[in-house]
Amino acid sequence: MEGGRAGRAPRAVAPEDGFKTELVALIPQLRAFARTLCGDPAAADDLAQDAMMKAWDARGSFQMGTNMKAWTFMILRNQFYSDKRRTWRQSQLDQDAAERTLVAVDDPEAPVALDELRLGLAMLPPEQREALVLVGAGGFAYEEAAEICGCAVGTVKSRVSRARRALHSILDAGAYDRDGGAAGDAMGSILADAERLGTVR
Amino acid sequence: MIEQRSADDRRKASAALDEARLRQQAIGVRLRQMFDEVVNEPVPDEFLDILRDADKRSAGSS
Repeated sequence: MEGGRAGRAPRAVAPEDGFKTELVALIPQLRAFARTLCGDPAAADDLAQDAMMKAWDARGSFQMGTNMKAWTFMILRNQFYSDKRRTWRQSQLDQDAAERTLVAVDDPEAPVALDELRLGLAMLPPEQREALVLVGAGGFAYEEAAEICGCAVGTVKSRVSRARRALHSILDAGAYDRDGGAAGDAMGSILADAERLGTVR
Repeated sequence: MIEQRSADDRRKASAALDEARLRQQAIGVRLRQMFDEVVNEPVPDEFLDILRDADKRSAGSS
């Protein structure tokens, strides 16, 4: 059923297959990025699916050979913020996610370090969190992260460094209180910090 | 005694600095670990199902 060697690219079928293959390969990354934005795994998968379909529908405007990962991450991010504008109840959802994480931290069997980090990340202002995740975990250069977030490279750099500092002190405070055995109080102060970080901006 | 104590303090301060550096590195490692944990999860079938459906639709319409 092959088109034969003379049938060079009958219509745009071949590039479209390439697009689909590349998009499918990016799904795990999109899910991971969505998870850092949403916190809640089910909401994150909804977001990742929406972004995947947006990317699919916009495939005609994508230039093969350019950075598809950055392109899809940008779509996912835009989707996240437009969803968020629609329902500003989202901040309540973030709060719920933070509380669920707290419960996980309370579990003595839970891998402590990872849950503390998750909790710390949830406390960061969203623009700091996304910058840190893109550069620190997503493997993007500052320039690419700037393109994804639609801001200047210098802005990304300062967001990443502020995020690192904030995360460091959040985790330090957590570790201190854990050693002191006053876990209940620690949770209280962490939540108060989260609220302060969320309102000041 | 006093000198002894200040040397101890210096040692403690430098240990704290090393600790801070280590923690900063550890945060980076754990951040990637957290991200990769999700990357390495099997992709739910739903993703491929809706993409396949969309692909069929567009193949049918073009």
